[in-house]
Amino acid sequence: MSSEAPAPSYLVAPRTGLWSWLTSTDHKRIGILYLVSMLTFFAVGVVLGLIMRLVQLTTFHHLVTAQTYNALFTVHGVVMIFLFVIPGLPAVFGNFMLPIMIGAKDVAFPRLNLTSWYFFMGGAVIVVIALFTGGGPPDTGWTFYAPFSLKTGTNVTLAVFGAFVLGFSSMLTGINFITTIHRMRAPGMSWFRMPLFPWSLYATSWIQILATPILAITLVLVILERLLGIGVFDPAKGGDPLLYQHLFWIYSHPAVYIMILPAMGAITEILPTFAKRPIFGYKAIAFSSITIAGVGSLVWAHHMFTSGMSEFANMVFSALTMIVAVPSAIKVFNWTSTLYKGAIDFQPPLAYAMTFIFLFCIGGLTGVMQGALAINVHIHDTYFIVGHFHYVMFGGTGFAFFAALLYWFPKMSGRMYSKRGIYAAWLPLFVGFNMLYFSMMVLGLQGMPRRYYSHLPMFHVGHVVATVGSWFLALGLLMFFVTLLRAWFKGEKTTGNPWGGVTLEWHVPSPPPVENFEEIPVVTHGPYVFEQEAGV
Amino acid sequence: MNTEALAHEEHRDDFGSKLGMWLFMVTEILLFSGLFISYSYMRSQHPVEFHHAGAHLNARIGIANTYILLTSSLTMVLSLVAIQRGERLKSMLLVAATILLAAAFLGNKAFEWTTEIRHGIYPNSPHLATLPPGEQVFFGLYYTMTGLHGLHVIAGMGVLTWVLLRLAKGSIDRDNYVLLENGGLYWHLVDVVWIFLLPLFYLAA
Repeated sequence: MSSEAPAPSYLVAPRTGLWSWLTSTDHKRIGILYLVSMLTFFAVGVVLGLIMRLVQLTTFHHLVTAQTYNALFTVHGVVMIFLFVIPGLPAVFGNFMLPIMIGAKDVAFPRLNLTSWYFFMGGAVIVVIALFTGGGPPDTGWTFYAPFSLKTGTNVTLAVFGAFVLGFSSMLTGINFITTIHRMRAPGMSWFRMPLFPWSLYATSWIQILATPILAITLVLVILERLLGIGVFDPAKGGDPLLYQHLFWIYSHPAVYIMILPAMGAITEILPTFAKRPIFGYKAIAFSSITIAGVGSLVWAHHMFTSGMSEFANMVFSALTMIVAVPSAIKVFNWTSTLYKGAIDFQPPLAYAMTFIFLFCIGGLTGVMQGALAINVHIHDTYFIVGHFHYVMFGGTGFAFFAALLYWFPKMSGRMYSKRGIYAAWLPLFVGFNMLYFSMMVLGLQGMPRRYYSHLPMFHVGHVVATVGSWFLALGLLMFFVTLLRAWFKGEKTTGNPWGGVTLEWHVPSPPPVENFEEIPVVTHGPYVFEQEAGV
Repeated sequence: MNTEALAHEEHRDDFGSKLGMWLFMVTEILLFSGLFISYSYMRSQHPVEFHHAGAHLNARIGIANTYILLTSSLTMVLSLVAIQRGERLKSMLLVAATILLAAAFLGNKAFEWTTEIRHGIYPNSPHLATLPPGEQVFFGLYYTMTGLHGLHVIAGMGVLTWVLLRLAKGSIDRDNYVLLENGGLYWHLVDVVWIFLLPLFYLAA
C-alpha cells in the first residue's frame, strides 16, 4: 500500500470521456456522478428558497402569485428532500468511501449500482417534466397530503411517479450496501473493527430497505386514486385520508434518519482524525445508530398530533419520540468526549463538523420540544417547525455534507482547496444560517403559520431578518463551492494522507487507483488506532 | 488471501447474490404490506360491507388460480433440482412449464376481471357508486392488490424467460445456478403473496 503506486487513478482510467463516466460501474465514479447531479439539484433548491424568502421580504406581492408560491414551497421541498438530502451522504460518500473503508475493490453489485444512479436521474427528470407539463408544478407541499393531492389540478400524478422512481434508486442502493458490508469486508475486519461511517451506512441501508417500499406503495395509491378513483383515501367511497398520513409518515419519518445517520457517521470519522485520538465510545456509537434506526421507525405519528388520533396513540408516539433523542444524545456526548484532551489539529473539516454539532443540538433539542404534546399543538404547522427541520436537515445533514466534502475532497480529487477560502465562506454561512432559521423559530412561536403566501405586519421584522440571512447564506454557499471548484481544477496536488487519518481510505493514493488497493489489506486492529500507525 | 483471485475482475459470490435477492424480497413484501395494512384498517372500519362485497367474487376461480400457482412453484423447485443434477433439458422444460402456468393464471385473472367489469364493477363505475362506501373501497383494494400482484406475475414471467434463455445458452449449469435459484425465489414470493390475497378477497364472504 505504498503511496507511489504506479496504477492510474480512477479519474483517468480506463478512459476519460463523458461516455466512460456515464457507463462506469466503478463505485468512485458513480459517487462523483451523484455528487455532480445532486449539487445541481441543490443549487435549484437554493434558488427556489431564495425566491420564497424574497416574497416574504414585503407584505405586498408583485413578485409571484399565490399559486406560484404554493408551487415554490412544494418544489423546493421535493427537490431538497428527495434529490439532495435523502440520497446525499450515502449516495455520494457512501458509494465513494464505503468499499475503500472496508478494504474492498467495489460494492457487491457494481452494475446495479450504476442502474441506481440511472433510476435517480430518471426520477429527477420525471419530476422536472412534471413542473412544465399538465396542470403545472404541484402545489400540495412535499407531503402530498390527501385529500388535496387527489383533487388539485396540478401535475401531482407525474411528480409522485418521479418520487416513486427515486425510491427505487434508494432501495437498490440500500440492498447493495448491506450486501457489501456483509460480504466484502477485508480479511480481519470484524464488525467491530469496521469504521463508524460504514456502521452508520449499514443502519441507514436497513431503513432504506424497510421504509421506502411503504412510500412506494403509498405513492402508487395516490396515482391510482387520481387516475381511477379507487377510493382508499376518499371518505365518500369508504376510504380515509388519515390513512394516507400514516402511510406517508411510516416512510417519511424514518427517512429523516436516512438523512441524518450517515451525516452522523461522517462526523464520527472526522473528529478522531483531527483530535488524533480514538473515538470515544466506539460501540456506543455503533449501537446508537442501530437504535436510532429501530426506534426511529416507531415515531412517525408525532407528525399527526393534531390530525385527530386517539389520545392514547398521541401519548405513545410522544413517549417514543422522547426515547429516540437518547441515542442521538449518546452520539453528541461521545463526539465531545472525543475532542476532550485530544491533540486538536484545527482544520476546515473540523470547523464544519463542530458547526454541525452546534446546529444539530439546536435542531435536535427543538425536536424534543415538539415531541411534547401540549407544545406541539401550539406550534404545529408554524414557522417553528420550518426552523426546526432546517436546523436538522440543513444545519445537521447539510453541514455534515459540507464537512464530509471538505474531509474527503483531497482524497476524491487528489488536490487541496484554499483553506482560507473555506474559512471565509464559513462566516456568512454560519451567520446567515442562524439569522434565517432562528428567526423562523421565533416567528413560529409568535404564531406565524407555515406555507402562507402573505404575513401580518406583526411578523414583518422577523421576516426581514430571515430574508437578509438568506442572502448571507447564499453568499456563503457561493464562496464555498467556488473555492472547491477552483481547487478541483487548479488546486495544489496533495498526498495520500493530508489529514493524518488512519482508516483505510487514507492508506491509498489520492485520487485512488481504479482497483482501490494494490493488494487487499489485512486488518489487525480497530479503525481508530493512532499510536501504532505512523505512516503505514 | 490469494491476490491473483482478487485481481480477477469477475468475482463470484453466490451467497452474496442470494443475500441481495432476499433483501430485495423484503422490499417486495413491505411493498405489499402497505396494502395489507390499508386492507386491515378498511376492513375493521367496514366489516359488514367487506363481507357482502366478497360474495361478488368467484371463489372457485380464485382457488383454481391458487392451485395453478402452487403447481408452478413446484415445477420451479424441480427445475432447480434438475440443474443441480446436471439435467439441463429437464430443467429448461420445467422452467417453461412454470411460465406456462403463470400464463394460465393470468388468463384466468383476465377472464375474471372482464366478467366483473362487464357487471359494472370497476373503480369509479356508476354501478359501484350505488353500493355502500365500504364495498366501493373493497373493490378499489381488490383491483389495486390483484393488479399489483398481476404485474409481479408478468415481471416473474420476464425473469423466468431470461433464466430460460440463460439455461439454453448454457451459462446456468450444475456448478453455477444461482440465477435460477434467485429467479425461483422471486417466483415463490409471487406465489406467497397470492396465498394471502386469496382469503382476504375471495374468502372474505
